[in-house]
Amino acid sequence: MNRVKRQIAPYLLVLPGGIWLLIFFAVPMFAMLSLSLQEGDIVHGYRFTGHWQTYTEAISAYQEQIIRSLIYGVIATILLIAIAFPMAYWIAFYGGRRKGSYLFLVLLPFFVSFVLRTISWKQILTDEGPVLQPLRDLGLISQAFHILGTPYAVILGLVYNFLPFMVLPIYVALERIDPRVVEAARDLYANPATTFRKVIFPLALPGVFAGVLMTFIPASSDFVNSEVLGSSDTTMIGQVIQTQFLENSDYPTASALSFVLMLVLLIGVFSYARILGTEDVMKVAAR
Amino acid sequence: MTTPQHSAVRARSAAPAGGAPAIEFVGVNKNYLSHGETVPAVKRTDLAIGQGEFFSLLGPSGCGKTTTMRMIAGFEEPTAGKVFLDGNDVTGVSANKRDVNMVFQSYALFPHLNTYQNVAFGLERKKVAKNEISRRVGEILEIVSLTGMEKRSPREMSGGQQQRVALARALVNRPRALLLDEPLGALDLKLRQQMQIELKRIQREVGITFVYVTHDQGEALTMSDRIAVMNAGVIEQLGTPREIYERPASRFVAGFIGTSNIVDGHVDRVEGGLALLSYTAQDRVVVPAPQSVRQGDKLEVSIRPEKIDLHRGVPPVQATGGSVLSGTVTEVVYHGTSTNYTVSTAAGADFTVFDQNASNADDLADRGDRVYLTWAPQHSYMIGD
Repeated sequence: MNRVKRQIAPYLLVLPGGIWLLIFFAVPMFAMLSLSLQEGDIVHGYRFTGHWQTYTEAISAYQEQIIRSLIYGVIATILLIAIAFPMAYWIAFYGGRRKGSYLFLVLLPFFVSFVLRTISWKQILTDEGPVLQPLRDLGLISQAFHILGTPYAVILGLVYNFLPFMVLPIYVALERIDPRVVEAARDLYANPATTFRKVIFPLALPGVFAGVLMTFIPASSDFVNSEVLGSSDTTMIGQVIQTQFLENSDYPTASALSFVLMLVLLIGVFSYARILGTEDVMKVAAR
Repeated sequence: MTTPQHSAVRARSAAPAGGAPAIEFVGVNKNYLSHGETVPAVKRTDLAIGQGEFFSLLGPSGCGKTTTMRMIAGFEEPTAGKVFLDGNDVTGVSANKRDVNMVFQSYALFPHLNTYQNVAFGLERKKVAKNEISRRVGEILEIVSLTGMEKRSPREMSGGQQQRVALARALVNRPRALLLDEPLGALDLKLRQQMQIELKRIQREVGITFVYVTHDQGEALTMSDRIAVMNAGVIEQLGTPREIYERPASRFVAGFIGTSNIVDGHVDRVEGGLALLSYTAQDRVVVPAPQSVRQGDKLEVSIRPEKIDLHRGVPPVQATGGSVLSGTVTEVVYHGTSTNYTVSTAAGADFTVFDQNASNADDLADRGDRVYLTWAPQHSYMIGD
């Protein structure tokens, strides 16, 4: 009796999560998949017809936005690594007793709504705002110069909004490095630069890997930053999906685009993991 | 065990006689800043460690032994004074430019590298040719008995094996000195004893100066050529294991190295180089004393527990020349090879006596028994100043 219980226990533990996944992930996925293969309109209703052409039509109509989203996502992710790594490094190795406070500061913007924060960036970057107006008064930039509505503003928004997701995993990886391992590298004739390249960075790679997954996916499918900080020239696929769903009520196209985006991201992430799987990453770095 | 010829590793075994010491401290002290206060970790220290010597820094935690070692490695800089390696002033030279290597307490192997890559790390930094690296790594792995483990990663190895990798990783560079920071601390007793012998063998084979930091006095006694006993940032005594054990320079050393019985008392009489301390009509301690000792001086005397004989009856006549103390047995502990007695003596101090269980299978005395302790004059030792 006891043995049976013990064998069942793990399954009981996984049950809440399993049910949650089924109701809120698997069922909607199937509903969306079915929706993407339906035809009709909001007035007469939709019927399942297996009309897969919606996919090809959606791709050819919005391939520009899909590609742009991926490019923005990649650029934002690269910038995020460049900004977050030194931050995490500094907190982990020079934070001393205030490490917790510094991490809290990184997380502090989270306590303000995502949309609100993005809108405040709009006010900062606007032509008459506190950045551009003084620069223009000083004659450092031309009258025609503006940031809002450009890809720069959108990518800046993405980088700003997802920074904590890159800082935290890198910080955790750096924090776990045994300081004596770093000393051992110094002891074995490695100068500070070589120590970083051969020991610290390879040991932090799992954190970078996690950070990339946690930022690239939401950044590529983001629909707020381009809406608030961009223009019609910076439209991202997330916005298109949102518009199709909520304004045009073109559910099949919106669903199809969602699946396309998901597939593209999955392919991207898996090939990334394959090339730079955490285990292999270390071996590559070791050479 | 046959000793293979490791010609390349032996290269430095013959240090020039009368040359500069391998490591020298001149007036070194080291202070730490803690909560705005200056805390001395190592107080003014002069020290010279010879070429090819197995030198131990022994002391309780916080005595400054690790700080001393880290100043040799270059991880800490002295607040004042100078550090010399082979006669060259290396004060202020960073760790990666010092020709010494360290075996860390927790090994500190590179977790992302395998055995070969770990061991080759230092040689690669020194830009040694690839085939030379592979030859030397192979050679050192043979010395530490790890041949065939090249591809293993640290987490796939036992503590003892990781320990050998750490040793090989340091030794392969043929440093001027090898620094070992409590390297056997994480191993279990059996493996530790095995590694002690192993370390000694390796040191003989490679002929490199070993500086060994430990708080384990047994380890220091068995392995070292010389020991520096440290306490509160000061070297209390520096000498061979025998000197330190037989003639402790201070009460601290006497207590820290092995077990010591320490009694104090006032000198009643000085006669033929012996001072006599009386407690009662029969109870007395006789100790060899220098000329300077006068009647009435207060002395501290140390006696090792294994030098003392325990008698149940009135002490034999021949003991009259030496020390005699009467007392009551308060504890009897059987240790297999010996039985340890705790005796509350007339001199006021509790004595520990080790009695070898060689011929007598039965214990000499039981708890509560009245006993007499005797020992020869030369086994009393006057401590320090």
